[in-house]
Amino acid sequence: MRMDLFALFIVNGLIVGVLYGLVAMCFVLIYKASRVVNFAQGELLLLGAWVCWGSVVQLGIPFPVAFLITLLFSAILGILIQIVVLRPLIGEPLISMIMVTVGLSVFFQAILKWIFGVAPQSFPSVLPTERVNIAGLEVEAAYLGSCIVALIALAGFAYFFKVSKLGLAMRATAFNQQVASSLGVSVRQVFALAWAISATVSAMAGIVIGMVNGVSAGLAAFGIKVFPAVILGGLDSVVGAVIGGIIVGVLENLAEFVDGQYLHWGNLYTVAPFYVLVVILMIKPYGLFGTRDIERL
Amino acid sequence: MALQSARPCGDFRTSYASDLTIFPTRNSFLALVIGLALLALAPAFFDRYALSILILIGIYGIAALGLNLLTGCTGQISLGHAAFFGLGAFGSTYFNNNWGVPVALSIPLGGLVATVVGMVVGLPAARIKGLYLAIATLAAQYILEDFFARAEWFTGGAGGAFANPYSLFGFAFTGEKLYFYVVLAHVVVLYVYAANLLRTRDGRAFVAVRDHYLSAEVMGINLTRYKVLAFGISTFYAGVAGALMAHYVSFVSSETINILLSIQFFAMIIIGGMGSVMGSLMGAAFMVLLPEALEAVVHMMKSTAWGDIPGIVNGINFAKEAAIGLVIVLFLIFEPQGLVHRWRLIKAYWKLYPFAH
Repeated sequence: MRMDLFALFIVNGLIVGVLYGLVAMCFVLIYKASRVVNFAQGELLLLGAWVCWGSVVQLGIPFPVAFLITLLFSAILGILIQIVVLRPLIGEPLISMIMVTVGLSVFFQAILKWIFGVAPQSFPSVLPTERVNIAGLEVEAAYLGSCIVALIALAGFAYFFKVSKLGLAMRATAFNQQVASSLGVSVRQVFALAWAISATVSAMAGIVIGMVNGVSAGLAAFGIKVFPAVILGGLDSVVGAVIGGIIVGVLENLAEFVDGQYLHWGNLYTVAPFYVLVVILMIKPYGLFGTRDIERL
Repeated sequence: MALQSARPCGDFRTSYASDLTIFPTRNSFLALVIGLALLALAPAFFDRYALSILILIGIYGIAALGLNLLTGCTGQISLGHAAFFGLGAFGSTYFNNNWGVPVALSIPLGGLVATVVGMVVGLPAARIKGLYLAIATLAAQYILEDFFARAEWFTGGAGGAFANPYSLFGFAFTGEKLYFYVVLAHVVVLYVYAANLLRTRDGRAFVAVRDHYLSAEVMGINLTRYKVLAFGISTFYAGVAGALMAHYVSFVSSETINILLSIQFFAMIIIGGMGSVMGSLMGAAFMVLLPEALEAVVHMMKSTAWGDIPGIVNGINFAKEAAIGLVIVLFLIFEPQGLVHRWRLIKAYWKLYPFAH
């Protein structure tokens, strides 16, 4: 067994895992605040990547400005989705809630393909492209940069929820909607804010991933990979989502390593997270950190 | 109790027999018979294009009905129904090509393949429900998709598998005009079965599980058994539909069995009406006609000034895909009970026509 290759896969897994964790956290944010299961998370990420790519490459806007424009666009879009699509559905059964976001994801996916085409596009290089040597391992600097951006975003979140008043209001709403609203928290505002933050951070993740791997419809797969992560971590746990994301990222790379070295089963590792997902659902459906639903008659 | 030809405005049922009847009035039975007779004459009047649309409506209608029995009637969400559609298609071609089973028999056999896998996928429903089940079935979709691409002995791998035309007693049903009757026969049998199923103990148990599973369990309904049973029946429908599709287009490829097809099936039952047998057919018709309508609109636009804009004419495939997503969202917001509800409202309006209310 080649130890260096093994370690490289693990490090890559950690880096991809942090990005999974970031997207998973955006998912959990919406779920916690408004109990909406967002199947369109991957499309929010894709949308951010395409908008930023479009404004840099097609409109010629310098990258930092384009980045800010994208974040603003995503925030507004997130709020619009919440107000136009999800607000009328409050109180509807779970099936409607799931299907409306599935519908949104199909819609966005098709519209983005229509506008930007199906061919993958690469960003003009913003992050350095050379490799960095960390403890004897060659890691691509762009990956490392994306990981650092993701970690900063995670730290920002932790600060936001612990300290700021809005963060406190969101936590209160997630804990108990009725009590929160009776204490003067505007639940509507919190819902809209959750969507805005989730869309913005997803877009940020999309830009970062797009800069490393190029922008294509395949980025939306991140939205699907979120499910193994959040189920593993527990649907309503922010910390669990991040840890789940990291575990899924490592696991995926580990499967790729084992497959490439010993099994040679082809691309089996791409579905490995789903096998894990099924196993977790059978053993411990509430995940590592999720709260158990207790039903009383 | 004598069948009436019209009902008063309220829905007064005074006996169990009247509550269990399939046809509430004599006219509704007559309408069905006349409708079927007209449909049987369809190949004499319609061209191949119109018939191919009717065939597609029939095939998707069967799959949608299966999903509706599971999701609309039993309340279990399955986001992986396209995989069972694919299992039926591959299973039927496999039995026909490799074991020499005649197509007429291999279609239900393909359905049984889907049933067996569907029951295994449905087993987790005993432990998990709602959102968790939806995610589990989504995982099943991806795992089965991967299996289709991988299992060359079963599916022909990336190249796909060829399917023979439908034949019965040496008579081949090739071409739209003849295959239409094959699909019609399957649609009638499976729809009548579903309509009857909902009147039986099992069917009412399904609805009880959906409406309140705890009460259902307290009333002596074995939850695991009925959930797995619902999965089995539902995936059988999906498998039969897939097999019918395979022998119609005479080719199955794992590329067409994707998550978008699963979402389309779900769109059909949302648009048609959750838990309604006829609604499944209405939803399937809507989802089949929608892209055709878009195509017609774009075709008309080509002759006008709009036709010069290349994005609109070339983007028709994306527009069709976007339309799927858009109608799901719009129906959920504006008509969550589906077309069947709208249809009931129209009927009620005309029944009391000059004196509304």
